[in-house]
Amino acid sequence: MTPVLLHRLILAVADEVIAHADELTELDQAVGDGDHGINMKRGFEVVRADAEATAEKPLPEALKAIGTQLVMKVGGASGPLYGTLFLALSKEIAPDASNLSAAFASAVEAVKARGKSQPGQKTMLDVLAPVQKALAEGGADLPARLPTVAARAADATIPMLATRGRASFLGERSIGHMDPGARSSALIVASVCRVLGD
Amino acid sequence: MANVGIVIVSHSPKIAEGAADMVRQMVGDSVNLAFTGGDPGGGLGTGVASIREAIDRAWSEAGVAILVDLGGAETNSEMAVEMLDAERRGRVVVCNAPIVEGAVMAATEASGGSSLETVRRTAEELSPP
Repeated sequence: MTPVLLHRLILAVADEVIAHADELTELDQAVGDGDHGINMKRGFEVVRADAEATAEKPLPEALKAIGTQLVMKVGGASGPLYGTLFLALSKEIAPDASNLSAAFASAVEAVKARGKSQPGQKTMLDVLAPVQKALAEGGADLPARLPTVAARAADATIPMLATRGRASFLGERSIGHMDPGARSSALIVASVCRVLGD
Repeated sequence: MANVGIVIVSHSPKIAEGAADMVRQMVGDSVNLAFTGGDPGGGLGTGVASIREAIDRAWSEAGVAILVDLGGAETNSEMAVEMLDAERRGRVVVCNAPIVEGAVMAATEASGGSSLETVRRTAEELSPP
C-alpha cells in the first residue's frame, strides 16, 4: 500500500461520509436520536484533516490512527463502534493488506463484542457481515461486487425489527426505516472499492 | 481503605449534573464523584475523552463505578475503561442500572466502605435481570 493510494482511500471515505451527513442524520431521526450524520461528519473531518500525515504511516499504524480519531471525536455509540472496527483491523492486518479478509473478519467480531450485537438486529453488522462473507469468497471482481453487496445489505435492514441500539426503544416502529449505521457502513465500503477498482 | 468513586455519564450535561447533585445530597463528600455529559461538539451525547477525565477525577484505590443512561453512554464508557492502563482497568465497572437511582444507591453503598463488587451489585439490583 503506497502513501499515495492510502491518501486517496482516506480522502474518498472521509468525503463520502461528510457528503452524506444530512442523509445519515435523517435516517437516524427516524429510528434513533438523530445525531449519526453530525457525529460521523465531525469524526471524519478530523480524519480528513490528518489524511496526509496518516497516509505516510504503514497501513496498520494508519488504521490505528484513524480508529483512535474516531473513538475520540465521533461521540455517540458510532464512535467506539467504528473506532473498534478500525482499531481491530489495525491489530491484524499485514502492511501489504494481503490478509484483508481474515483481518476484516476479526474486526467484525470485535464490533460484535463492542456492541454486544449480532447480525439481524438492524445495525451496521448487517452490512459488515455480508461484506465479510463476500471478502472471504474472494475473486478478482470484488471491488466491483462489494458495493452492491453492501448496498443490498443496507436495504435489507429496512424491514428489520431493531433489537439493539436506540432504535430498539421504538420496537415495531423501527420497521420500515433503513438503519443509519448500515447505511454509513455501505457508504464506506463503496468508497473504498471505488478507489481500489480504479 | 478509600471508598469506591462514582462517575455519572449522561447524554445530557444537565442530567449528569443533576444526578450528581442528588448523590452529593445523600453522601456529602464521603465518596469521590465526577460527572460528564455532552458529545465532543457540545451537543447531546457522550465522549470517550471526557469520560476518561471523569474517571481520573473520581479515582479511588477502591475502584470506580460508572452509571450511564442510554446506549452510547455505555459503549463509550466501556471503551474509556479499556483505554485505561492495565493496573486501573480491572478496578472500574460500568453498572447496568438506571442512572439516577443507580448513582444514589451505588454512592450510598460506597459511602459505607463497601467493595466495588458490592457497590455494583447494589446498583444493579434496581435493574430487572
